[in-house]
Amino acid sequence: MEIRIAIQHPMETGFRRDATGHEIPKNVINAFSCRYNGVEVFRAEMGSGIAANPYLDFYTIADASGELIFDWTDDSGQTGSERASIVVSG
Amino acid sequence: MRKRIRCGLLLAIALTAGVAVSEAPQRPIPSGELRSGVDFTGPDARALQQDDFANPGVFWVELGERLWRQPAGSSGKSCESCHGDARTSMKGVATRYPLLDRGTGRLLNLEGRIMQCTEQRQRAPPLAYESEALLALTTYVRHQSRGMPVSVTIDSQARSYFEKGRALYYQRMGQMNLSCANCHQENWGRNLGPETISQGHGSDYPVYRLEWQTLGSLQRRFRSCFSGVRAEMLPYGAPEYLDLELYLAWRGNGLPIETPGVRR
Amino acid sequence: MRFAALAAIPLAASRVAHAQSTTDSVDAMVAKVTGGAPLKTGRVKLELPQLADNSNSVSLKVSVESPMTSTDYVKSIHLYAGKNPRPNIANFYLGPRAGRAQIATRIRLAATQRVLAVAALSDGSFYSGAADVAVTGAACYDGS
Repeated sequence: MEIRIAIQHPMETGFRRDATGHEIPKNVINAFSCRYNGVEVFRAEMGSGIAANPYLDFYTIADASGELIFDWTDDSGQTGSERASIVVSG
Repeated sequence: MRKRIRCGLLLAIALTAGVAVSEAPQRPIPSGELRSGVDFTGPDARALQQDDFANPGVFWVELGERLWRQPAGSSGKSCESCHGDARTSMKGVATRYPLLDRGTGRLLNLEGRIMQCTEQRQRAPPLAYESEALLALTTYVRHQSRGMPVSVTIDSQARSYFEKGRALYYQRMGQMNLSCANCHQENWGRNLGPETISQGHGSDYPVYRLEWQTLGSLQRRFRSCFSGVRAEMLPYGAPEYLDLELYLAWRGNGLPIETPGVRR
Repeated sequence: MRFAALAAIPLAASRVAHAQSTTDSVDAMVAKVTGGAPLKTGRVKLELPQLADNSNSVSLKVSVESPMTSTDYVKSIHLYAGKNPRPNIANFYLGPRAGRAQIATRIRLAATQRVLAVAALSDGSFYSGAADVAVTGAACYDGS
């Protein structure tokens, strides 16, 4: 089963400067994980080399109904989380 | 006698066509040759625009949907309170913008209409160009007209704005001494560096521009272009930009709105 | 799936390796992953456009040939762009439950360069694949 993730986040590199010339501090999503019924099935370590508003597309075997939990963390400590139910029949 | 009858017939045809009456200027790019900017952008950007999940502009559609339902200002009303479900009430609305505001006689683009509504009817603090809220609401409303053709009318009252917009389009400017027409009329389809010059239509705006790493308005794109030819950028909301929006919309009448677009 | 920013938790340090922008540093980073074991070519397919639309966002797909069984699977995939200021772009950790060792994302590229993908397999072997991408500046200066 293909899983597609789209996260709204500027992935600020830390190399940009604002209109007054001050460096805009680095702040990127550095960790992302997907847990399937409590078991981690995918994990990503990311850096400023990932484009703004990060997109991820990965696979996992849909072997049981239950819940997918997605978590991410950025350099500033902000976190995000999303859940999805999955029903496997047959 | 026959000449007069022929002119009369032509006038009748022009009237039924639904565009400017009698003094209808010829559109620089014939309808059959009109092509949206998506045709000229890079393959990666085009693939993103055509993918409703991966298109980063969709974040602003979703935000716009949330804001549509959120009460704002001292009125305590949301857009939904008056306009109901945007999917029905806003369908086709964006195709007519920019247009003349019946109350003030001023030319209004969609951002201007949203600002007017939020300020005067919701009695909420004014929204600024390129603010997340205004971008989201503009994108959300235009998105409800997705697939519908741009259909602005230039009647006698809008004519003066149209003429100013057209004059600006053909006006050389900046250190590079280039007009919009030099690129988008005379050289569309040809390469400029790594990019292919588009016909310069605004039908897919606001767009997620990879260069900006975010979504931006058509007026932001004007500012990009002005700075690109090393001309001084005009402030957001400048009347010249409004006139230009009107001219551009007329120039691209018939093109489907595909907001949110994706460009490089 | 779409996300929204929520409440803060204690700061998590980025574990992506940082270094000066040289391809030598990529070799050093890869050596840390392989532990000196030979890096074989093949089995790793890295798909990138030959010419980037814009350096800020380049679509990438990496896939590794593997049966992905509990005894023969891809443990991790590491991406490097030697000319980026931080060459280690991302590391992905899979496992037998992935079913397919294939990941797609969008990356930033600082210059025309070769992008490298290194896969660590469960049997302790390492495979790599690469793709060259031409990266240009935008046609016009944008001061907006």
